[in-house]
Amino acid sequence: MLYALKIATRYLTASKAQTALLVFGVAIGVFIFIFMSALIGGLAAFIMARTAGDLAHVVIQAEAVDPALLPRKSKGTVLLVQETSTRATAVLKDTPAFIPLIEALPGVIGTSQQINGSGFLTRGGQVTQVSIYGLEPGKESVIVDLAGYMVEGSATLGTGDVLLGKTLAEDMDLQLGQTVRLQSSSGIEALLSISGIYETGSGGPDRRQAYVGLATARTLFRMAQGVTRVEIKLEDLYAADALAPRIRALTGLDAKSWTEQAAQLLEALNAQAQTGYILKAFALLTIIIGVASALLLSTYRRRPEIGIMRAMGAGRWFVMVVFVSQGALIGLMGGLFGAAGGYGVLLAFPARETFGPGQSGLPIDITQGAYGLAIVLTTLGAIAASILPARAAARLDPVTAIGQ
Amino acid sequence: MTTLLDVRDLVKTFGAGEAETRVLRGLNLTMTSGELAALLGPSGSGKSTLLTILGTLMHPTSGRHTMLGVDLTTASDHALTEFRNLHIGFVFQFHNLLPDFTALENVIFPTAVREGRETGSARSRGRELLVRMGLGERIQFPTANLSGGQKQRVAVARALMNRPDLVLADEPTGNLDRASALQVMDLIGEINRDEGTTFLISTHDEKIAAQCRRQIVVGDGLVTG
Ligand SMILES: Nc1ncnc2c1ncn2[C@@H]1O[C@H](COP(=O)(O)OP(=O)(O)O)[C@@H](O)[C@H]1O
Ligand SMILES: [Mg+2]
Repeated sequence: MLYALKIATRYLTASKAQTALLVFGVAIGVFIFIFMSALIGGLAAFIMARTAGDLAHVVIQAEAVDPALLPRKSKGTVLLVQETSTRATAVLKDTPAFIPLIEALPGVIGTSQQINGSGFLTRGGQVTQVSIYGLEPGKESVIVDLAGYMVEGSATLGTGDVLLGKTLAEDMDLQLGQTVRLQSSSGIEALLSISGIYETGSGGPDRRQAYVGLATARTLFRMAQGVTRVEIKLEDLYAADALAPRIRALTGLDAKSWTEQAAQLLEALNAQAQTGYILKAFALLTIIIGVASALLLSTYRRRPEIGIMRAMGAGRWFVMVVFVSQGALIGLMGGLFGAAGGYGVLLAFPARETFGPGQSGLPIDITQGAYGLAIVLTTLGAIAASILPARAAARLDPVTAIGQ
Repeated sequence: MTTLLDVRDLVKTFGAGEAETRVLRGLNLTMTSGELAALLGPSGSGKSTLLTILGTLMHPTSGRHTMLGVDLTTASDHALTEFRNLHIGFVFQFHNLLPDFTALENVIFPTAVREGRETGSARSRGRELLVRMGLGERIQFPTANLSGGQKQRVAVARALMNRPDLVLADEPTGNLDRASALQVMDLIGEINRDEGTTFLISTHDEKIAAQCRRQIVVGDGLVTG
């Protein structure tokens, strides 16, 4: 074995330029593999952070909310279809009983009780329809990291405070500290002072949302007790599918995992991962074809030598090991160089965490390069690629190989 | 005098049907230990074919082949490889050495391949043999840098490495100038005399054949003299 390895090494070093070229080719394949892994991984993490990161992982929703209705002030017709009122079932009443139970579950980071609905924000002559989110004071950033998104003011919601998105504020020319009128779909109005302006980077939240304190929401939606929605944040968002049924069992309420709502997102991430797999498979295939053809040429060129070795008492197995070892060494070297090169190139990209929305470039995650996997797969692939040429070499008839 | 090898009614044909060539047609040959024999015959008479069969690199079409009392006619590839490694040395006319290895590495190959590594004792025997072949200055030389005569002497040293019972040489001097050819033949004669190694050397050169104690002539696929 050791001796076969020596001969394999000598064969590789005997034609340095050819070996270097071959290793370089393999390294490029490995580089593509690693780059794709880091890119797909980084992209998934980025998309996840951008979308699912602010998502509640498990949601308990009261069944229905009244449609928005703009009370008629001007002339004209407002056509409105209102469904049967579901007011009675649209409230989650016994939250004080089940919230502690949920919060005691392992993997639960926090809960957020909310009263949500829709309404209209007015200042002067301007009116904009908004979704109203009533949050518990002190728990504003449990689900959406409002504190992290603040561009002006703070994310604390005292009585009489409202937080608005940057786009909305700009559209309506609103400033921090100004007073706005918020009218709920129930027709109740409140005068609120803008205590903060945030920017999440996505259109919806920045343009069409208003955050108020839970007490304000109670008034706006005429809800003396209970909430319309409980959102739950988990340590591991992928634990949601397992935890939602447990919460259902525990509370008897319809707790839903985010994956039920975000099926499309998951599908997209899945498709993206599949694309990554295909590209990586092609990178591996290229490596295998390259190594196989190079070794096939090498066994052809060394036919007389193979014959001599066989005549000197080298068995078929020995010849096989000599050529498979060459494949393994090429794969290993290409793997190591490709991984090192890949790591070096990925270092030049900004770290995934610092990659923000709207930034040009790629959300590469250097930690998801799958370096070890790339090296192992490449070595195994190169070994597999060398088996056929090596077998052909081992089966050569020594007499015709020597060609005397 | 013990019988080293014996072939009976050896037949070897190549191809089939119209294209069939009968190279050996029931050849008989016995050799005893310690012989220095020349294998003579015109080009195409089957010298190489016979040496290849005697060297266990090829099976005869029919007939019996025994050496050292072992029936090699039907032995497996694995058994023949081992037998060859232990008992037979080869010197070919062309493509004799592994070009990417030094003289010493080439010489010790037959031992190293059996032992799985290059041992110190194999190296010292390899050096001894190279010195004996007059190549003491060329031990670590890449074989690509050696002259034709030097290459053939390295090949002889390698053939002797495992102290074989039989060395088969297929026109070992066919590619050499007269002086180098005689030098190689002198060394072979010396080894045969000192160590009692049996040699069978094919040649169509009468002068080379004259250096051997026995002349075996093949023609028409038979031993004719
Ligand atoms: N593998 C083979 N296939 C077909 N014919 C062969 C083969 N090897 C040898 N021969 C034929 O056998 C005959 C004897 O060849 P060979 O043993 O090389 O003779 P020599 O060594 O005496 O010159 C030649 O006619 C040659 O063409
Ligand atoms: Mg011949």
